[in-house]
Amino acid sequence: METINYQNFRIEAENICVDYNGKVALYDANLRLQPGQICGLVGMNGAGKTTFFNALTGFVNISKGKIRINGESLRSAQKDQTIAYVPQNEGIDSQFPISVWDVVMMGRYGSMNIFRCPRESDVQAVKDAIERVDLTDHLSTPIGNLSGGQRKRTFLARAIAQRASILLLDEPFSGVDIRTEKLISELFIQFKNEGKTILLSTHDMIHVREFCDLVLLINKTVVAYGETSEVFTPENITTTFGGISPDFLFGPES
Amino acid sequence: MELCSFLTLDSFITDPLTHDFMRKALLMSSLVAAVCGFLSSYLTLKGWALMGDAVSHSVMPGVVVAYALGLPFSLGAFIFGVGSVALIGFIKQKSRVKEDTVIGLVFTGFFALGIVLVSKIKSNIDLHSILFGSPLGISLSDVKQTIFISLLVVILLSIFRKDLMLYCFDPRHAKTVGINVFFLHYLLLTCLSLAAVVGLQSVGIILVVAMLITPGATAYLLTDKFDNMTVISVLSAIISSLIGIYVSFWFDLETGGSIVLAQTFIFLFAFLFAPRYGIFKLKKLFAGYK
Repeated sequence: METINYQNFRIEAENICVDYNGKVALYDANLRLQPGQICGLVGMNGAGKTTFFNALTGFVNISKGKIRINGESLRSAQKDQTIAYVPQNEGIDSQFPISVWDVVMMGRYGSMNIFRCPRESDVQAVKDAIERVDLTDHLSTPIGNLSGGQRKRTFLARAIAQRASILLLDEPFSGVDIRTEKLISELFIQFKNEGKTILLSTHDMIHVREFCDLVLLINKTVVAYGETSEVFTPENITTTFGGISPDFLFGPES
Repeated sequence: MELCSFLTLDSFITDPLTHDFMRKALLMSSLVAAVCGFLSSYLTLKGWALMGDAVSHSVMPGVVVAYALGLPFSLGAFIFGVGSVALIGFIKQKSRVKEDTVIGLVFTGFFALGIVLVSKIKSNIDLHSILFGSPLGISLSDVKQTIFISLLVVILLSIFRKDLMLYCFDPRHAKTVGINVFFLHYLLLTCLSLAAVVGLQSVGIILVVAMLITPGATAYLLTDKFDNMTVISVLSAIISSLIGIYVSFWFDLETGGSIVLAQTFIFLFAFLFAPRYGIFKLKKLFAGYK
């Protein structure tokens, strides 16, 4: 029997199940990702994409299965700041009285002392991260005054400041301007070259073809998983979306 | 209280200070207001107004039982405050009833139990002072308890200020970077119960929820910075308490009601004239004159 070296995998999710008060949201889901891989998570609304993210961040407990991050437990991955989560724009309270700087600084909280006093290195990390997403002019802008794209970049900067090696992004391209879309695409290529592992959910099939090495199609469980070129077929997509033909989804073009 | 005695502002303010009970009331109510105002920023941002209402009403039987047994009433109040939240969580999880309904039925149940207990125990409990507060008649042992609890809450909130802000803003991120979200949740609930306990002395059980949400809501309309929000919330709470007590002294009004009404007026002022978020946007009005 082949022995698996868990160290080779950044993310190793094995037969995970999540239920909310007896209602099954995700079952028998598997995923293995290596450093430098970008994987697209595709499924309908309510197919369990956000649940999958919640399980990988530890925000919900899995009722069955196993999650290993770099061969270690989720708990130690949390402690090591290994995983960063970039929420959907709808997933956050945009009226919260907080500035860009403060949000990005939250990326450093996990590695600070109990009072969360920023050290010089934290300040530098935050500055660098904000510069990478091109928001240096908006350091003290309240997030409520930002555009959708700028807000998305703020949360991306938080993930950069955290220096996480795994990035989970919920709909990174929804509701953003062209400039942000271009900037995020460039960052993805940089992240890949830095050896980061990226899992992103998206509705946009073109983005999957463009960036994703791998694709994970889910509908409460894994419908198909593998190299984008092999798995991202009209048949699989139709199954994932409950029988709706891909023509309808992407237009007759593709 | 003759009308002429407060014709000058000076005597309006200084005359009451000659009374020992007034000095004590002003000091204690300011302290309580500061504690509730501090917490208020978190509760309004977290959307826990209904939770605040529930906890503050649910402490009623705890206060009565503690009085009857001769225990510190804050202890009884605390147990029932946290107990009500646990019960709300339990019923919500085990039934299909919606959360706001569960909250409503649990706290009214606790509150009713408190009222029934008062009528049964027939001790020297003053129902009126529990329901409506009695900052002017606060006893020495109550003063000690209030100071102790207030300091405890302020210290806890100060230490975990940033973590609680993160918890209110984005609990998922907190969890992802290894911060104990479970602990923060119960820390905030504990502070809520304790603040309700000290707050009820000022304005009584029925109105204490106002102390826990109105200052935060006022501050939320006036700033986009969390730290400023806390400062404004605390200041507006203290100012309302002082105004309420003075007004109730001179015009012989119910003190608790006066304090809360003062908070409501400050909120309305912010609602109408806040520079950015007010209906009339004061900034724009001034800009028009230039």
